Amino acid sequence: MPTITYFSPDGTSTTLDARVGDSVMEVAVKNGVVGIVAECGGACACATCHVYVDEPFSDLVGGPGDLEDDMLDGAASDRTPTSRLSCQIKMRDEFDGLIVHIAPEQL
Amino acid sequence: MRDILIIGAGQAGMQVAVSLREHGFTGPITLAGNEVATPYQRPPLSKAYLSGEADVESLELRAQSFYDDRDITVRCDDAVVSVSWTGDVGTAVTASGAQIPFAQLALTPGSEPRRISISGSDLSGVLYLRDLADADALKARWATANNVVVIGGGFIGLEVAAGARKAGKTVTVLEAADRLIARAVSPIMSDFFKNAHVRRGVDVRLGVQVSAILGAHGNVTGVELADGDVVPADIVLVGIGVVPRSGLAEKLGLELAGGAIVVNEFAQTSDPRIVAAGDAVTMPHPLGRPGQVRLESVQNAVDQAKVAAATLLGVTEPYRAVPWFWSDQADLKLQIAGLSTGFDQTVVRGNPDDEHFSVLYYAEGRLIAIDTVNDAPAYMVVRRALAQGATIPPELASDPTVSLKTLLVPAPA
Repeated sequence: MPTITYFSPDGTSTTLDARVGDSVMEVAVKNGVVGIVAECGGACACATCHVYVDEPFSDLVGGPGDLEDDMLDGAASDRTPTSRLSCQIKMRDEFDGLIVHIAPEQL
Repeated sequence: MRDILIIGAGQAGMQVAVSLREHGFTGPITLAGNEVATPYQRPPLSKAYLSGEADVESLELRAQSFYDDRDITVRCDDAVVSVSWTGDVGTAVTASGAQIPFAQLALTPGSEPRRISISGSDLSGVLYLRDLADADALKARWATANNVVVIGGGFIGLEVAAGARKAGKTVTVLEAADRLIARAVSPIMSDFFKNAHVRRGVDVRLGVQVSAILGAHGNVTGVELADGDVVPADIVLVGIGVVPRSGLAEKLGLELAGGAIVVNEFAQTSDPRIVAAGDAVTMPHPLGRPGQVRLESVQNAVDQAKVAAATLLGVTEPYRAVPWFWSDQADLKLQIAGLSTGFDQTVVRGNPDDEHFSVLYYAEGRLIAIDTVNDAPAYMVVRRALAQGATIPPELASDPTVSLKTLLVPAPA
């Protein structure tokens, strides 16, 4: 199973196994990782699951889709070039070792 | 240590448990529900779960280890059937006969689908969509169903209709009112959705009365209308609203209104020691506008549950939150911020025919809500504006080339 490492705003990090097809958000939320709120449960309707994909993974993971891009503009924390809404990143085997930095504010 | 019992293990119930632990409560928490699954999200049932893109595991709100690590006891598949309460301590009895003692109580029982009561309503293939079991029953018939008739043109009905049409089925929506989604959106939005679904090949019939559901060998075959017309059906999906589960609250002698559990801004029921949150509840308007409201949404379940948990621990924070909601019908993404009830003015921004537009609602010159279709930026700006008490001058809002963000007028000091 591919793993994901989350760096929370409070400085802690958590590494979790993910099922292929699970979103980066749902793995975090189901396991209580601090900092991802995900109010809408993954419907790309709230922009509260904002993460910064670690640079080396950014090309592999890719950029946001159109709706996600619009929603990111309204996110609480400033966007960076590697900003994504983690509910829209679906895990693949080739993302093994993925590192994301959770945005400091979600609300 | 005072044991806390939460009756109802859905979105709200789960959030009460989570929030209690986040506040530092270390005593026993029992979350009791009548479904087999641990708390899960319902919105995907009419969307990704129905289409097969999501499975049960992806619906679950938390892994079992989450509850174990936080010492939250989740009792599934065993409904609480009676509760006794002295005002200080109580006991809940479940269907299996288990007795759960408690010193504090949160009621988050949710609602159940309103049942249609006409001839043929118990035929196989007449379905509702509220929980996982309903969704599985719908999925079981889905592949082989060619004709889908939806009774009720609200969110549930339209989401299923959109999915059925996308799957190439013949779809008919029957709505008794003269417009779709009459309870939640303005006539402009109702018209938009009717046109959008008709464009996609759905037969939308407004102002119709269903007189009977017809069948053969126990299975549904069609729906008969009051005017005599019969619409063929392999599935009849009924989405005509929900009824709060207020039975236990009533037995506890708590105040009800319109069948829902009455709470104040602190999520307290008429017995201040008992809190309630979510779909089964009626409450003061969460932005301080007049009237009592019942909000059937994930947002309300979550935000009100947080208030309920705080109140149980003696932390008084009034429930103030911008109500928001979304509905995905095929490629139409509706997002609503605020409550448009009581509007006296609307401003349309963009062209509905583009399927990319918004309707802003005003009362006495101030912005109170927005409905957007495929216009996430407008939705996000207004959601934030409402949270800050800001407004957008109505005479400037209709120009889609001017960003709403630049038009915000803060709340009066």
